[in-house]
Amino acid sequence: MKRRAFLRLLTLPAGVMLLRPAIGNVSHDRVLLLVELKGGNDGLNTVIPYADQRYYALRPRIAIARDDIVQLDERRGLHPALGPLEPLWRQRELAIVEGVGYPDPSLSHFRSMDIWATGSGSALVLDQGWIARLWQGHEAESGMAGIAIGRDAGPLAGNHRALVMNDPERFLRQARSLRTTPAVTGNPTLDHVVGLQQGVARSARSLAADLEGGQVDTEDFPRTRFGRQLGFAAQLVSAGVRTPVIKVSHGSFDTHSNQPEQHRRLLTELAEGLEAFRRALLRSGDWGRVLVMTYSEFGRRPTENGSRGTDHGTAAPQLVLGSAVRGGIYGAAASLSNLDVGNLRFTTDYRRLYSTVARWWGVPWDPALAGHPALPLLKS
Amino acid sequence: MATTTLRPLLLIAPFWLGMLWVSGAAAQGLTALEARHLLARTSLGVTESTLNAFVGLPREEAVDRLLKGVRTEPVTTAPEWVDEPPPGRRRRESMSEEERTQFRRQVIERVVELKSWWYREMLATPSPLTERMTLFWSNHFTSSLEKVRWPPLLHRQNLLLRRLAFTDLRSLLREISRDPAMLVYLDNALNRRDAPNENYARELLELFTLGEGHYTEADIRETARAFTGWTLDRDTAEFEFRRRWHDRGRKTVLGRSGHLDGDDVIEIILAQPRTAEHITEKLWREFVSPEPQQAEVDRLAEVFSASDYEIRGLMRALLLSDHFWAQANRGTLVKSPVELLVGAVSELDLPLRDPRILVRAGRAMGQDLFAPPSVKGWPGGTAWLDSNTLLIRQQAMQRVAGAGERMASSTPLGQGQAEALQERLLPLPPVDGLSLAENRAGLLAKLLRDPVYQLK
Repeated sequence: MKRRAFLRLLTLPAGVMLLRPAIGNVSHDRVLLLVELKGGNDGLNTVIPYADQRYYALRPRIAIARDDIVQLDERRGLHPALGPLEPLWRQRELAIVEGVGYPDPSLSHFRSMDIWATGSGSALVLDQGWIARLWQGHEAESGMAGIAIGRDAGPLAGNHRALVMNDPERFLRQARSLRTTPAVTGNPTLDHVVGLQQGVARSARSLAADLEGGQVDTEDFPRTRFGRQLGFAAQLVSAGVRTPVIKVSHGSFDTHSNQPEQHRRLLTELAEGLEAFRRALLRSGDWGRVLVMTYSEFGRRPTENGSRGTDHGTAAPQLVLGSAVRGGIYGAAASLSNLDVGNLRFTTDYRRLYSTVARWWGVPWDPALAGHPALPLLKS
Repeated sequence: MATTTLRPLLLIAPFWLGMLWVSGAAAQGLTALEARHLLARTSLGVTESTLNAFVGLPREEAVDRLLKGVRTEPVTTAPEWVDEPPPGRRRRESMSEEERTQFRRQVIERVVELKSWWYREMLATPSPLTERMTLFWSNHFTSSLEKVRWPPLLHRQNLLLRRLAFTDLRSLLREISRDPAMLVYLDNALNRRDAPNENYARELLELFTLGEGHYTEADIRETARAFTGWTLDRDTAEFEFRRRWHDRGRKTVLGRSGHLDGDDVIEIILAQPRTAEHITEKLWREFVSPEPQQAEVDRLAEVFSASDYEIRGLMRALLLSDHFWAQANRGTLVKSPVELLVGAVSELDLPLRDPRILVRAGRAMGQDLFAPPSVKGWPGGTAWLDSNTLLIRQQAMQRVAGAGERMASSTPLGQGQAEALQERLLPLPPVDGLSLAENRAGLLAKLLRDPVYQLK
């Protein structure tokens, strides 16, 4: 019943859309850096409820020692590897949203990633990514609906004005060699292929030209895969490329065994990368129009497993960074005592993060976000 | 007065002329372009030898030859581990950390071996149509390694789908409902009287048979009850009907009541005309064109249900339908990554030492065998293409052409040979135009990189 009703909601006639809350103008210069933590980041060892003895009881071998934690307040703190983000917390540019998840959670990487990417509920399968849908028809003229660095379009899937590039330099090189014979063939499928080919070549040309004017030196970024992605993202932003979102991805956070070493390395790369990104954009004068948001398909089981690791779980905190952010803690941390078959119960629906960003962009409201109001974590 | 008598004649005349034309064309046998169309749509690549074998055959004979060639078993040897049962809970729990790591590595390796095995089979089989149909059904009755985790179960499901690919829908539904990979993938293994799980029931109605909007949520609940107790033996991973888990009460599905079990529900579903329409539409999108033509779908669906859901008969009718042959429908379907890759390797007759390269390329293009993106499978069509996959496809074809070049002679091709090569490889004239005085290597590179090569 729920599912059918929802589907109907998604196919509401255009007129009904007039009832949606009033929105401002679409901001074409605001860029979201969406950071996917692939594989399911362990939220409990990211934002740590160090004052809760249950945390240490559940994780005798992998808990972070209290003295090592970067304490944010009297109850929670950051993993020591996230130390580079502490100055942002003090300057109130870092918001932590606690207990983010959704009802009836899927513990499959695949399915849960799909849910996060499309903004659907657990029982509903949507084809289009949430950003692809939000921006459909609102892209800036000569602009894009988004750029994904990495293999998956994720939230951008299903919008043909989105670019997906695994290796940006390779992409630009390859795209330059694409032939762009203009042709209208009368065969819609062929027209689609030719049109896409032309679009890619055109975007690549304008990207390459824009990048010439970029002011970011990628040498300043950590020499990791994630660091390189961020370096390229910063180049794109500082070059003024018209795109509402740049998606990067980091991980795998799928730490089933020997988690402490891996997780430390991943979080170090995350924090150092984001810090370099911020520094570069402060210098270029673009930090003010950028918002950074993390997401991950799920958190991990509160109880550690037998291999010094954690298995797939549910709710986890997510981070939002930027000068538009009203720093602080939002939502309630998931309880460690009231578990649902061994897993955390979410407190904040993940779609509230999407509503927050949609409002920041000023794009029209999306029916998939109905009932999930924006969080008050932005200044204006 | 004259007009009223004339009108029916005028209406009928084109029909009869059309019939004469059709039977005339069919009797004359397939032209090279028609033969390539049939093969491109039903095989994995148009090879020179197959094309030669089909040119000149009357349509019916050509279609019958394809259907007669279908196989029920693979020709290649399966990896040696395919019959291993999964480790029981006790063994898993007694594993040391090192053994556990070892075990995980082994599964990852087997996943790659399983995918490689299917690619090898697709390249080796004398009946590519068998593979196309197995691919079709595995994208209809989806299961994924991402959830099932134990590669032997997916191998077993693949054998089931190829064995039944051309039989009948009833057998497929009855057996897939008992298939271990499916029982795990859609959670029916957990479906019991006191804790029903609706996952399988929902997809059975929504995706496998009737389609969205042709059942109620109550039908799903009742269907789930009917399938309670259809589960797995934990040690052997074989299907097991666990009587204690089964709900023996009365149920009502789509208006029919009784002490229904899973097989009863399948009969109720098969009595709905919507089932035949849904499957026919999906086959149409796979083999004919992106837009099913309603009247013809209705006719074919009628053929399907009247034959008690015989798939071979439906495929025969579909491939002999005028819509299949219509000029307007040629080159309107996008090749899947598997079709593109296996097709190119076959068409250029490239030696392939390790199919892992195809596994990786297919995944990069968005088709990771045995791991579809969701229970709905790969959406297919133009959804295969985005800026990333388009470039990856172009780049892969550049590489294939490069490998083909090394094998091809550099002697210039005569105009006839060049045209024949183009006609075999492309469903439509190239967007980039044909330049003649090229050698085989240069021409191959050009044809494989033409946007038209992405189509079939």
